[in-house]
Amino acid sequence: MTFEESLARLEEIVSELDGDGLDLDAALALFEEGVERLRAASAELARAEAQVKLLVEKSDGTLDLADFGG
Amino acid sequence: MSRRRRTLGGDPDLDLFGYADAVRPAVSEPSTERAAAAAGDEEGKPRARSRRGGARESNALVAHVAEPGAGVAFEEGIPGASPASAVSVATLTHTAKDVLEGAFVPLWVRGEVSDFKAHRNGHWYFSLRDGAAQVRCVVWSRDRRRIPAPPDDGMEVAALGQVTVYPGRGELQFSVQAMEAQGDGLWRKALEATLAALHADGLLEPARKRLLPRFPRRVAVVTSPDGAALHDIVAVARRRFAAVEIVVVPARVQGDGAPEALCAAFERIARWGDVDVVIVGRGGGAREDLWAFNDLRVARAIAGCHAPTVSAVGHEVDITIADLVADVRAPTPSAAAEAAVPVRDELAAQVRALGLALGAATRRLLAERRDALLLATRDARTAATRHTERRRARVEQVAGRLDALSPLATLARGYAAARGAEGETLASVRDFSPGMDFALLLRDGTVGATARTVERGAVRRAPHSPRKINDASNDQ
Repeated sequence: MTFEESLARLEEIVSELDGDGLDLDAALALFEEGVERLRAASAELARAEAQVKLLVEKSDGTLDLADFGG
Repeated sequence: MSRRRRTLGGDPDLDLFGYADAVRPAVSEPSTERAAAAAGDEEGKPRARSRRGGARESNALVAHVAEPGAGVAFEEGIPGASPASAVSVATLTHTAKDVLEGAFVPLWVRGEVSDFKAHRNGHWYFSLRDGAAQVRCVVWSRDRRRIPAPPDDGMEVAALGQVTVYPGRGELQFSVQAMEAQGDGLWRKALEATLAALHADGLLEPARKRLLPRFPRRVAVVTSPDGAALHDIVAVARRRFAAVEIVVVPARVQGDGAPEALCAAFERIARWGDVDVVIVGRGGGAREDLWAFNDLRVARAIAGCHAPTVSAVGHEVDITIADLVADVRAPTPSAAAEAAVPVRDELAAQVRALGLALGAATRRLLAERRDALLLATRDARTAATRHTERRRARVEQVAGRLDALSPLATLARGYAAARGAEGETLASVRDFSPGMDFALLLRDGTVGATARTVERGAVRRAPHSPRKINDASNDQ
C-alpha cells in the first residue's frame, strides 16, 4: 500500500469511527488497522535521502536508472 | 567584383526575432556545401548553389560577358563570345544562378503572399508580391519546421531567404527559410490549429485534470539535463523533501528535433512506468525556443502520460500548449517542484494529526460504550430490585392467606388433633382401639395419651372441618 493509500484509508477509518452504529469489535479492528496504516505512513516519511537519477535506455532497449552527475 | 560589397544587407528593422542571425551561418557557409557539389544536382534546391565552386569556367564567362570593355570579349574560343562558342541554356541559367547567389546574402523581403500551394512532396510554393512586382518563392520541406504554420494567401509577411534561379524554368526564385506574418499571424495560426486539434480530441477538457499525489515517491523530470530548469527543480525538491527520488529523463527542449525528443522522453516514461508525477519544462527563452512546447505531438504525449503532469515552461508570462494539457501548470520550474513535491514536515504534521484523530475517535467510541454499559447495569439492577420486591410482597400475601387456612390456626383456637405412632392423623373412632397410645397435638405442644374406651356415636363437631363432616356423613 502506498503512502497515498495509507493516508486515504486512515482518513476513512477516522471518519468511520466518528460515525454512529459501529459495534465494538468492528471499532477495535478499525483502530488496529488505523495504527498499522499510521506506522506505514510514518515509515515512508522517515525514508533516507534519495539520489537524483537519470533514466537511460540501454542498447537492448530496456530502461535503467543511473546516477545523475549533474 | 567583390561579392561582399555588392550584396544587399537584410533590413534590420524586419529582423524582429533574430532570424537572420540564427539562419545566416547555416546558409552562408559554403565550404561543406562545396564539398558536396559534385553529388547534388537537383535543380532548384539550395544545395545546388554549391555548383558555384565547380563552375569556374562559367564565372569566367560572366566576367567576359559582363565586362566587354576589357578587350577580350570577342576573342575566339571564349564561351558565348560567338555563335560557334554559344553556351547551352543550362550553362546560362546555372551561371545566372551562381551569380545571383553570390551577389545576395540571405535577406528579408516584405510582400503579400499569393498562390500558396503545399505540394505533396512537402515543399511549399507561393508568390510574394507588392503593387509593382512579384517573385516566386519556395519553402523546402526541411526548412518548414522553422515556420510555425503555412501562410495564407493575402497575408502580409516578411520572409528571410536566398535569391536564386530555378534553372528548370529559368525563373528567379526566392528560397525562404523563415517567415514572419504581420501581427504574429503565423504563430497565432499554428497555435489555433493545434488548439483546435486538441479540442477535437477532448484533451483540453477541465475534467481531465488529475490531482497530484500528496506524496510522490518518484518524480520524473523531462527537460534538458544541462538546463537551469533542472537545477532549480532538483534544488527545490531536495529542500522540501529529500527522500523523494528525482529521475531525470533527458530531452532536447529547443531547436531541431526538440518535439521528437520530448515525445521520445514521454514514450520512455510510459515504457518504464514507475513514476508518480512528471514535470516537463524548461527555463525561459525566446518564443522560438519555447516552440516545441506548442507542438501538437508534445501536447498529445503529455496528455497521454499515465502519471499526473506538471508543466513549467519559461517564465510566468509564457503560456504554452503544454501548459494547457498538463494537469497542473506551474509558472516556473521551481514552482513545478513546489507543486509536485510536498514539504516533509507538513506531511509529517498531517500524519500526526491523523494519528491524533484516530486515537480521539477510538477513545470517544470506547467512552460512549462504557457509559452505555454503566447505564444498562444500573437499569438492570433497578429492575431486578423491583422484581424481587414484588415477589416478596406476593409471598407475604400468600403466606398470610396460608396462615389463615392453616390447621395450626384451628389448634390456636383451642382444638387438638390426634396422631398415631406413624404421625398419621387419627380422625375417626375407628382409628382408635382401647389401650392404644397416641399423641395429642395442641397449640403449644404435644401430649402423650392412651385411649381408655372407644365409643362410636355423635359428638359435637367443629363445623369447618370437612374431614370430620365427611367422616361423620360416611358413618351415618
